[in-house]
This record gives sequence, structure tokens and C-alpha cells, in this order.
Amino acid sequence: MSSPHDLRNVHRFAVFTACCTFLLLIAGALVTSNDAGLSVPDWPLSYGSLLPPMVGGIFYEHGHRMIATLVGTLSIVLAVWLWRVESRRWVRWLGVVALGAVIAQGILGGLTVLFFLPPPISAAHATLAQLFFCTVLSISLFTSAWWQRERPLVADAGWPSIHSLAVATASATLLQLVLGAAFRHKAFGIIPHLMGAVLVTGLIFWLAGLLRLRFANVPALRGLARLLHALIGLQLLLGAGAWWSRIYSAQFPQPIPVMVTLTVIHTVTGALVLATTVMVTLACYRLARPSGAAVGAFAAANGSSAGQSQHQGAL
Amino acid sequence: MKAKPVILIAAAIGFAVAMISCGSNSTPTAEQPAATATGGGTPVDPATAGTVTGSIKLDGTPPKMKVINMAAEPACAKIHASAPAMTQDVIPGDGGTLQNVVVYLKGDFSQYKLDVPTAPAEIDQKGCQYEPHVLALMTNQPLSVVNSDMTTHNIHPVPKNNREWNESQPPGSAPIMQTFAREEVAVPVKCNVHPWMKAYIAVVGSPYFSVSGKDGSFTIKNVPPGTYTVSAWHESYGTQEQMVTVGAKESKAVTLTFKVAAASD
Repeated sequence: MSSPHDLRNVHRFAVFTACCTFLLLIAGALVTSNDAGLSVPDWPLSYGSLLPPMVGGIFYEHGHRMIATLVGTLSIVLAVWLWRVESRRWVRWLGVVALGAVIAQGILGGLTVLFFLPPPISAAHATLAQLFFCTVLSISLFTSAWWQRERPLVADAGWPSIHSLAVATASATLLQLVLGAAFRHKAFGIIPHLMGAVLVTGLIFWLAGLLRLRFANVPALRGLARLLHALIGLQLLLGAGAWWSRIYSAQFPQPIPVMVTLTVIHTVTGALVLATTVMVTLACYRLARPSGAAVGAFAAANGSSAGQSQHQGAL
Repeated sequence: MKAKPVILIAAAIGFAVAMISCGSNSTPTAEQPAATATGGGTPVDPATAGTVTGSIKLDGTPPKMKVINMAAEPACAKIHASAPAMTQDVIPGDGGTLQNVVVYLKGDFSQYKLDVPTAPAEIDQKGCQYEPHVLALMTNQPLSVVNSDMTTHNIHPVPKNNREWNESQPPGSAPIMQTFAREEVAVPVKCNVHPWMKAYIAVVGSPYFSVSGKDGSFTIKNVPPGTYTVSAWHESYGTQEQMVTVGAKESKAVTLTFKVAAASD
């Protein structure tokens, strides 16, 4: 297995790629909020060139394409780099999955332009963006020294198991982002997104509460619980603000800064909420052992070396 | 073993390149060649044809026009430096009238051979606004889109019954020629580069249409004798209709009134 030292640089590169991806999410949200999705009618070139006049909506749409090109390039480098230095087969393949996702994402982006923003494709484009962000973040986590260091497994007692609740919360958050994207791209109204908000808020409070209750002596999980609380509170406020700004801005002949700002921040904070639930899920699998599960069997099922007792090695 | 991902990555990139090559936006063509006439009957006899004239009234206080902020487009902001550009969705005319209302006749014209105008209807992009704001043309009549601005626009009609298209038009480029094959009152048109730019193109199945002018008046000429529905459409106030019977060589005047509080279509 590669040592943490071997992976230090690729980990840094993965974190850099994740940061650029977050920037790309902001750029994509700016395109939608400024109603600039079709300001460049052609694809993959923009007005038949690589650098069109960056005025009006073209600034947002072509800027988004330029950052997407950067992230695509970074993803190629990351996939190749992982393949060369990473000894864990599944991490190598995760790099390939990320590359496949970013290629699919580019194609979906092109299709939205060529088919005049059909809601299903636009919503799929928005959703895959968030999944790609989570994939790159996961690669960052898996290549980190923290993940690879041997750590004691903490027993998880009670119902539901923290694993199940974390997976359910991450899944519900993903569904909520799909509903949000579908609303934003006019596939349907706000009601499903509001119902999703109630469900996700409940699950996140439940998950964060159980993390603090059962894993009070595990700093990583305690910190993630605090982050979940902060993010969901912020996201609810932003959601209310974004909704108000949409109604308020309807009387104006063009998108206004307060609406653009609030809707963009709400969108990318949604991505952060999803990413945090995914990180919580991975951390729970890394640190918590379901009560009743044999430690050896659990460790073996997760790919660590056989024979360890209360410690689980790097996956 | 190590060759597999390389092949996979190469295949993925190859697929992406292939998609890019295939997906390139070529210049769209017009929906179908413009017909020169519609209907299989006889031409309208000018000796018996009448006229429908009238006025569009607005009942109530019209909403104030809003200032458009063109800071994002310096070329156009400069044009409106002395007087800011305003929205054009409700433009009252003199004496309580209303401009930019599409007025057209609904009826059975199947017995007549109706010539499709060969002269294109023109819409211009000037100062990052459409001119005119509301345009009417006949199905399959050529539409000419002109760009008089020193900036790039995209022209993007969003029809429900016709083919959607979206074309870019850099400054100084030739007019874009298009047609609409099916009747639709009215097709919203927008420029995504400049999100405040909005216009409407009414596509009418007969040549019997007009758009109310600055005094709210309209005139529809060469109408064959018969009974018709005069339909008036406004982007904010929806549709008003009235029946009219036109006799031989007769000129009929109608007045249609929109209420400010009326719900829009």
C-alpha cells in the first residue's frame, strides 16, 4: 500500500481540484441565476471561437466553460496520477469514475445548450455537478494522512445505526438537491423542494444529535456534527432569502444582484451540505463499528488487514 | 493491467471529442421554404373588399415603465446615457389608448387564396432593445433580424407551436432570415446576452392583422365580406375579442378595451 508520504502530493492536488470544482459550481449557479444559459448559442466553441467578447450573459456562460475546461484538465491529471501512485485499486478506479463524471458533465452541459435548456437535462447537469464535487472530495479524503492512519474503532450502539442514518441523510440530501435543481430549471414547482427541506432538516438534526450523543469523545465526528448544524441553519435562512428575492425581483426587467447573490449562495451551500453528509458517512464507516458486528469481520469487509482487533487500518 | 485505464481514458476522451464534433451548432435553416400563397380558393376581389379599423383603449392607470440598467453592456449604456432605456411592456398611447396590441381577424378564409407577403418583416436590435417591441407577420412570411448595435446579440424565440431556435449575431453581420410555419400569437423573443431584451412576434395565419400604433389605432385592409372575430392580444393584459360583420366595400370601426386589472394570459 502507498504510504501517506507517497500520497501527500496527490492529496494536495485532489484538494486543489475540489476547490476549483467548488469555484465551478459557483460559476454554474451564476449562469442560471443570470438567465445566461443560452447567451452562447453554439457549443463547444463560443461564437465560433475560444474567446468571445465577454459582455453581458456571455461573461457568465463562457466563464463557466473556461473553468469547466480547467476542472476537466485537472481531473485527467488526477486520474492518471492516482493510477500511477495509488496502490489501492478502488481509489485508482475512483479517479477514473471522477474523470468519467466530468466528461459526462461536459456533454450534458453541451446538450443543455444545443437543446435549449430542457429541464431534465439541465437538472441532470446540476445534479451531476454536485456528485462530481463529492467524488473529488472523497478522493481528497481517501488520500489524506488522516484516513490512512490506524485508528481505534468506536462501538456504535442503538437504533438506528449511525451508518444507516448517515447513508439515509446523504441520500435524502442528494434527492433534495435534485428537487432544487428541478425547481430552478422549471421542471416543477417549489412544493417538492420545500417538503424535501423538511425531511433533510429533520434527518440532519437527528444525525448530528446522534453523533454528539454517541461519539462525544471522537473529535472528528463531533466537529462534523457541529458543521452539519451550522450548514443546515445557514441553508434554511438562505433558502428563505432566495425565495423572497425571486418574488421581489419579478418586478424588475432583469436579474437583480440581491436575487443572483442569494440564489447562488443557496445553491452552493446546498452542495456543501451534501458534501458534508457524504464526508460524515465516510467518517462514520471509518471510525464507528456497528454493535454486534465482529470487529475482524467488519475490518475485513472494509478491506483492511485481517487480524487487527480494535483498530482499523487504512482501507 | 496498467494498460486498461489508459485505454479507458483514451476511449472516454475520444467519445467526448466525437460528441463535440457532432454537437457543433451549425447555422439553423428556416423552418420550411416560405410559401407564396395559402388557401386553395380564389383571390380576394379588391372591388368588394372592406376594411376594419379601430382603436385599442386602456381602462385604468397604466403601470409605470421601469428603468433598465444597461451597465453590463457599455456599448448600449452609452447610447442611453442622456435618457435611460425603459421597459416596454405597457406603453399607453394618446387619449387613454394602448400601443403594441396585435389585432387580427379570426374566421374562415379557406375559400380565398391568400398571398404570403414576400417582403420580410423586420425586427432590429438597436440600443440593446428590440425595434419594434411587438411585430406581426404571416405564417411563412420571411422574418429579417437586424443588428444595428456595436455589440453581439443572440436572438432566441421561445415558441410553443413553432420550432425554437437561437442564433448569435455579431455587430455588422448580415440579417438573419427565418420563418414561422404555424400560427402563434405571440412568440416571446429574448436575448440571453442582455436579459432585459424582450419582444413578441405574432404569427398570424392570414394577412388580416395589424399592431396598434402610438394613438392606439389599427387598420386591417382588403378584408373579404363576411363575419369575423376581431381578436386583440397584449403581452400583459391577454386577449379581448369582438365580432364584426364587414359588407362589400364597407369600413367597420371597432373599439376594444383592456382593463389594467385584467389578468394576463
